[in-house]
Amino acid sequence: MKGMNKQSNVYTIIYIIVLVVVVGAALAFTSLGLKSRQQENINADKMKQILASVHITPAKDSITADFNRYITRSIVVNDRGEEIEGNAFDINTADEAKKPAGERALPVYECTIAHGDVKYILPINGAGLWGPIWGYVAIDADGSTVYGAYFAHQGETPGLGAEIEKPAFSNQFEGKHMFKDGKFLPVAVVKTGQAPANGEDYVDGISGGTITSKGVGSMIDNCIGAYSQFLKNISER
Amino acid sequence: MATENKNLSALLNPLSKDNPVIVQILGICSCLAVTAKLEPACVMGISVIAVLAFANVIISLIRNTIPTNIRIIVQLVVVAGLVVIVNQLLIAYQYDVSKQLSVFVSLIVTNCILMGRLEAFAMGNKPWPSFLDGIGNGAGYAIILIIVAFFRELLGCGTLWGVQVIPQYCYDHGYANNGLMILPPMALIVTGCIIWAHRSVNKDLQE
Repeated sequence: MKGMNKQSNVYTIIYIIVLVVVVGAALAFTSLGLKSRQQENINADKMKQILASVHITPAKDSITADFNRYITRSIVVNDRGEEIEGNAFDINTADEAKKPAGERALPVYECTIAHGDVKYILPINGAGLWGPIWGYVAIDADGSTVYGAYFAHQGETPGLGAEIEKPAFSNQFEGKHMFKDGKFLPVAVVKTGQAPANGEDYVDGISGGTITSKGVGSMIDNCIGAYSQFLKNISER
Repeated sequence: MATENKNLSALLNPLSKDNPVIVQILGICSCLAVTAKLEPACVMGISVIAVLAFANVIISLIRNTIPTNIRIIVQLVVVAGLVVIVNQLLIAYQYDVSKQLSVFVSLIVTNCILMGRLEAFAMGNKPWPSFLDGIGNGAGYAIILIIVAFFRELLGCGTLWGVQVIPQYCYDHGYANNGLMILPPMALIVTGCIIWAHRSVNKDLQE
C-alpha cells in the first residue's frame, strides 16, 4: 500500500467498489444459506396462528404435524363460493383483501377437531391504527356460528389497540352469528354499552383503542363479506 | 504491562465509569423500545455486542487503508452488513424474538454507540484492543437494557423471562400490575433512576 496516494479519487472509488462487492457477496451468501430455515419458521408461525383460531396450541416441535393432522383439507374459493385452482397456504391474503371482492382468491382451511366436527377457518386482513392487523375466524359447519377467532397486529399501541390479540377480546366472538334470518350480517365491533342499528350480533371494542377496534370491524365486513356466498352454500349442505 | 492495563480498561471502563447509555447517553432510543420484557432485551444486548465487536475488529483491520474522506461511509457499510446478517440469523434461529424486536435490530445501524466507537476507537487502535472495546461497550449497553427490562417486566407484567413470579396470592389481595411500566415513558424514567443511582455512587461524574 506504501507509495499509493490514498486520498486520490481513483483509489477512493476502487476502494468503495471493492468493499461494497465484498459486503454484498457476504449478505447474498447468508441470505441463501438461511432461506429455507427462515421460510420454515414463517410457515410454522402461520400454521400456529391458523390453529389458534380453533383453540389448538401445538407444541413448539410439532406445529407442522399438528397442522397436517387437524387441517384435513384446504381449498381456494371465489366470491361466488365456487372452488377454484390454487394452493390455499401460499396465497397472500393481505394483498387479496385489497382487491375488489370479485377478483379475490379466498383460502378456506377445513379443520376437523375431536368428534369429527368440521370448522371452516377463514383468514382476514385489514388495517389498524399504526399498521396491518390480521386474523383467522373459525366458523361452524352451519356456516354462521363463530367457533373461535384469532387476531394479531404488527404495531398497535400496547395496552390499548394491541389488546385485540388477547383472548379476552377474541373470545367474545365465540357463538356469535354471521347470518341473521338468512341475511348476511357480520359480527360488529361497537363501543362498550352500545348496540349496532341493524340488529346484528356484536362484541365490545377496546376502550382507548377505538381505531383498532373499528379496523377489526371493517376487516370482518370486508373479508368475511367475500365469503358470504361460500358460507351460505355450506349452510345449505 | 502498560498495554495490558490499557486493554483491560478498554474492556471494563464502559461497564460503569464510561458506560455508553448512562454516562454518554447514547443508544437511548432502542433502550426505551425493547426493554418491556427481559428476553428481547437480552437478545438485543447480545446482538449489539456481536455487531459492535466485529465491526470494531473489521474497521481496525482496514483502518490504514480507508480513504479519510469516505471513512464514515465505509464504517456504515460494514455496520449495515453485519446488522443484516444478525437479523437474518435471528429470523432463522430465534423467530419469535425477532418478531418482538421487529425493526429495532435493523436500527442498530443508526445506534450512536456503534458509530461512536468505530470513529473514536477502532480507527486508531489495533484489532485486539478494538475487539475488547467493542465487547466492553456492547456489554455496558446490554447491562443497562437488562436492568431496565428487569424492573419493567417485573412491575408491568408480574413475570420474569415470561415466568410468573408474583404469586396469585398478591393479586387476590388487591395487587395489580402497573400497565404504565409497559409503555416507553417508564423506560425513560427507570433509565433516569439508574443514572441517578449511578451518579450518587460515582461523585466524580456529577456535573
